[in-house]
Amino acid sequence: MSTESLKQTPLHALHLQLGARMVPFAGYDMPVQYPLGVMKEHQHTREQAGLFDVSHMGQIRLVGAGAAKALEALVPVDIVDLPVGMQRYAMFTNESGGILDDLMVANLGNDELFLVVNAACKDQDLAHLQKHLGHLCEVQPLFEERALLALQGPAAVSVLARLAPEVTKMTFMQFAAVRLLGVDCYVSRSGYTGEDGFEISVPAASAESLARSLLAETEVEAIGLGARDSLRLEAGLCLYGHDMNAQTTPVEASLLWAISKVRRADGARAGGFPGAETVFAQQQQGVPRKRVGLLPQERTPVREGAEIVDQDGSVIGSVCSGGFGPTLAGPLAMGYVDSAHAALDSEVWAIVRGKRVPLKVSKMPFVPQRYYRG
Amino acid sequence: MSELRFTEDHEWLRIEADGSVTVGITAFAQNALGDVVFVQLPELQHYEKGAEAATVESVKAASGVYMPLDGEVLESNPELTDSPELVNEDPLGAGWFFRFQPTDASAVAKLLDQDAYDRLIKANA
Repeated sequence: MSTESLKQTPLHALHLQLGARMVPFAGYDMPVQYPLGVMKEHQHTREQAGLFDVSHMGQIRLVGAGAAKALEALVPVDIVDLPVGMQRYAMFTNESGGILDDLMVANLGNDELFLVVNAACKDQDLAHLQKHLGHLCEVQPLFEERALLALQGPAAVSVLARLAPEVTKMTFMQFAAVRLLGVDCYVSRSGYTGEDGFEISVPAASAESLARSLLAETEVEAIGLGARDSLRLEAGLCLYGHDMNAQTTPVEASLLWAISKVRRADGARAGGFPGAETVFAQQQQGVPRKRVGLLPQERTPVREGAEIVDQDGSVIGSVCSGGFGPTLAGPLAMGYVDSAHAALDSEVWAIVRGKRVPLKVSKMPFVPQRYYRG
Repeated sequence: MSELRFTEDHEWLRIEADGSVTVGITAFAQNALGDVVFVQLPELQHYEKGAEAATVESVKAASGVYMPLDGEVLESNPELTDSPELVNEDPLGAGWFFRFQPTDASAVAKLLDQDAYDRLIKANA
């Protein structure tokens, strides 16, 4: 794809001014790293605060008395009883139980839901919502209208509190309308790094001034997509299109925790989402393969696509995400393996440049999550 | 003679007093790679020109380091096993990768000199 055909976020000029190295990502020209470099950007986020431009992600508003009930028909998650001011992780499933995308859903109150979906899936997600929900509620894409910033790290709360003291009272996954520098924003206490922090939905026209104000705080550095990936991998968080896709179910992807109790086979509103029968059957009978954490027992990073073999050299899976964790100070990966090898501490091997690298099936997150739960 | 030669793959070569040749990657290359977290060093064996003798991994990706000429690898830099960051910190010095004996010693002089390499980088910029 040529640079000319790439879309730009409202912070594009700021990235260039900051000296970012830009790469194509999901159709956008995005900063992969700034002059600080991936390693230091990662560490800075864990130690202080990092500001990420995630405006490429899709923001969608659903409006109408039937919105929550309608959305429940597409996700295995409790949306009807999602409290006002709370956010929840969800996924769109297909008729086979495969994951079409994962998303965050917040209840704004007044029969309004606010969704954040993946950049690469947003047009498809919008069409999916319009097709199934269009006659039940208003589906409003905010793709051009709003930017999305993430402020992540232990200092994020004190930095954001300088603009809006009330954010200190928010806990993990709470969602609120907050005025920042005189602009109406949506703020959620969540993120994709495993750290405490916030995601801030801001009108596109005000995004750059807000980003500049946050970057002017001494604790804050601009962080690129490179560190975003190593941070989320250490936190054990999935990346759509890599760690799950339309061919993997929530059971295979080890995302059973995200299926709400009331939507499970024995729940009060059991099923009623696409592929429910498949998901329930897998839940009961088990799955042939599943996503696990993998720790290489040598320094060699093990990358996406590497084959995983057992002691005899038979292929039993493959790596879906892998790299180096700056906080872990070593390599780490996630992969799909045959369930017979999915138990914690199982010994398996990845094939890297023709050689075997020993891996241990490990619990995730690799680095403890530090969400603020009050 | 310590004058450096270069390849189009952004490796530098230095002819040592004993006729062997030390190889590393250039400042331009380490900057493009970003933080180096792992180096797989070559075996002490013969490699043909263009073979992937070593691999350098940054946080994000793996890249090959190619044999600049036919030759026998005599030694690799043991420091890189535990301190791969030397490739970023001192690419032309402590971050060297390996030393080899070229099959044809005169071939080194035919590689790019500093001026030619600088022009290559400018053209890539």
